[in-house]
Amino acid sequence: MSEYVEQSLEVKKKGLASRPVIATIILIGGIIGLLLAIGISVSMGAAEIDVRTVWSAVFQYDSTLVPHQIIQETRLPRVIGAALVGASLAVSGSIMQGMTRNPLADPGLLGLNAGAAFMLAICFAFFPGLSYLYIILFAFVGAALGAGLVFGVGSLAKGGLTPMRLVLAGAAVTALLVALSEGIAIYYRINQDLAFWNAGGVSGAKWENIKIMSPWVILAILGAIVLSKSITLLSLGEEIAVGLGQKTGMIKLFGTLIILILAGSAVSVIGAVGFVGLVIPHITRFLVGYDYRWIIPCSAVLGGVLVVLADLAARMVNPPQETPIGALIAVIGVPFFLYLTRKGGQPL
Amino acid sequence: MINKPYISTYQKNRHKRKVYTILIILFFIFVSFIISMNTGYIRLSPLQLLETLIGMGTEQQNLTLFEFRLPRIVISILVGMGLALAGCVLQGVSGNPLADPGILGINSGAGLAVVLFISFFPSTSDVPVMFLPLLAFIGAGVTATLIYVLSYKRGEGISPTRLMLTGVAIAAGISAAMIILTLRLTPENYQFVAVWLAGSIWGSNWMFVLSLLPWLLILIPYIFVKARVLNILNLGEVTATGLGVNIEKERLFLLAAAVALAGSSVSVSGGIGFIGLIAPHLARQLVGGKHQFVIPASAALGALLLLIADTIGRWFIQPSEIPAGIVVAVIGAPYFLYLLAKSKA
Repeated sequence: MSEYVEQSLEVKKKGLASRPVIATIILIGGIIGLLLAIGISVSMGAAEIDVRTVWSAVFQYDSTLVPHQIIQETRLPRVIGAALVGASLAVSGSIMQGMTRNPLADPGLLGLNAGAAFMLAICFAFFPGLSYLYIILFAFVGAALGAGLVFGVGSLAKGGLTPMRLVLAGAAVTALLVALSEGIAIYYRINQDLAFWNAGGVSGAKWENIKIMSPWVILAILGAIVLSKSITLLSLGEEIAVGLGQKTGMIKLFGTLIILILAGSAVSVIGAVGFVGLVIPHITRFLVGYDYRWIIPCSAVLGGVLVVLADLAARMVNPPQETPIGALIAVIGVPFFLYLTRKGGQPL
Repeated sequence: MINKPYISTYQKNRHKRKVYTILIILFFIFVSFIISMNTGYIRLSPLQLLETLIGMGTEQQNLTLFEFRLPRIVISILVGMGLALAGCVLQGVSGNPLADPGILGINSGAGLAVVLFISFFPSTSDVPVMFLPLLAFIGAGVTATLIYVLSYKRGEGISPTRLMLTGVAIAAGISAAMIILTLRLTPENYQFVAVWLAGSIWGSNWMFVLSLLPWLLILIPYIFVKARVLNILNLGEVTATGLGVNIEKERLFLLAAAVALAGSSVSVSGGIGFIGLIAPHLARQLVGGKHQFVIPASAALGALLLLIADTIGRWFIQPSEIPAGIVVAVIGAPYFLYLLAKSKA
């Protein structure tokens, strides 16, 4: 209780409780920025294609023209994939940090990345030459397995699934699965293949996976927005949320379900890129305050912008080679994050 | 008044039980020590072992035991203790149960130093390998200092949350750099780096023991002395200040101690971070939350875990080896999960 009072005093002092005006500006500006980034990203790449051709390729598609094919079959799905992945990771990170009240929580901690990496190690070691679509499927299964283990163990205990237990179980399962895949990788000498996947990249995104993924992602983000008020209350502490008449069990259940859907589909497309889910919620909280009704939509937009830009940079730094997107996200995100922790540094 | 003697005997019994728990762990370490001396590519029966120990072994037995196995066993114990204590202090100071030496950038800093070295001097001949621990230690120290400086604010000092967030960010940046560097390595060098990062005690000799021992001899007693301060810090900043603890100073020294412990351990063992995370948790489950008990218990548990892990790693796929860091996670994580599932709220 005293912690809460302290925290709210601090909030008042810094005038950070909630900032609807700034949030609206960020939301609108962010959407415009996202559209702009998508436009730039679609028109830039290894092959030189002028803007007019890009426009007609998107809106008057002619499958006999090669530039149109490049835009429609390679760049567009990849850029849209990047935006979806960014939004998913950022929203699942926000929910996790809000629900667990741990500023270090990010989707990577739920065992999703480690599970996917473990499954991939098995794929590369025992079934080399699997087609890309199957690899993605296996990655998703692995992610679900990792998360299933975390949630299973977390809820076995008396008193059920507390956020703290979830995070600890996540750390342990992650360590276990990472160790197993490291062992497989070292023994079968497939380190570098695995490392490349771990470094992440959206180059493999095709219309098929986007078609499968996008309805779920959109539904989950809408669900998160519906849930956002309750998450704000939960972020003030369990007792306070219960005192204010919240059914915390239900909220946590739905929240974790949303996190699973979002992070699982993101990981299966992009690989083990965790930093988005950690850094975007912090940036958003710093900008718009503590109200998750604003944090969730804003972080979705900002996450999309970050990953689209990082993907653009990944293609442009050293064309036609691709730089691992995880590295670029870190390069863009780390300085920002360091500035924030120095400047604001609100715990939650 | 009548109840008082009863309470004190009750407490005494509880203390006794905790002391017994620690003694039992120490006994397990002793047993593992003996088993570990037997295990390896060249088998030594208990009788041969005894002969060798009292100086009656053959040349080959002497070499195996005194030059290869004993230093390795001693290193496992020391590194296990060092990492576990570093984790214990970090969790105590920050109040965050997820804190481990990795969070202060120690693993990633040391790893980057190693990867950089391998990138520029690609031959893994004998001479550079001897320099790796020193380089790793420097890398760990530089990173930890950087994180500390970046999270320091004039007038406010260091807040644990800011420290950890900065640490995570710096670690992410470093691992990004590492990814870019490692993708350019040749497969053989990559294999070497991968084994190093997974954490392995393969290269140990008495020199490493000597380089590690002074740190532990100075810092372990220091941390023991500070057990009371750690208890008070756990009560929260306001309470701790009220009880007359100079939080800023104590935090700085305790963090520095943790960095030195973890840095020197990681420099000889590679990236075994998991021990620092779980040993303190296991210790708290076994002996409760008081640091007077948690500190010795987690040191003992860390030593036991790493010793067992290294022994298994040596024995499992002879004559090849599994890096100890991997075995630690494979044994430690399920046990940790079991305790977590059993725990009450």
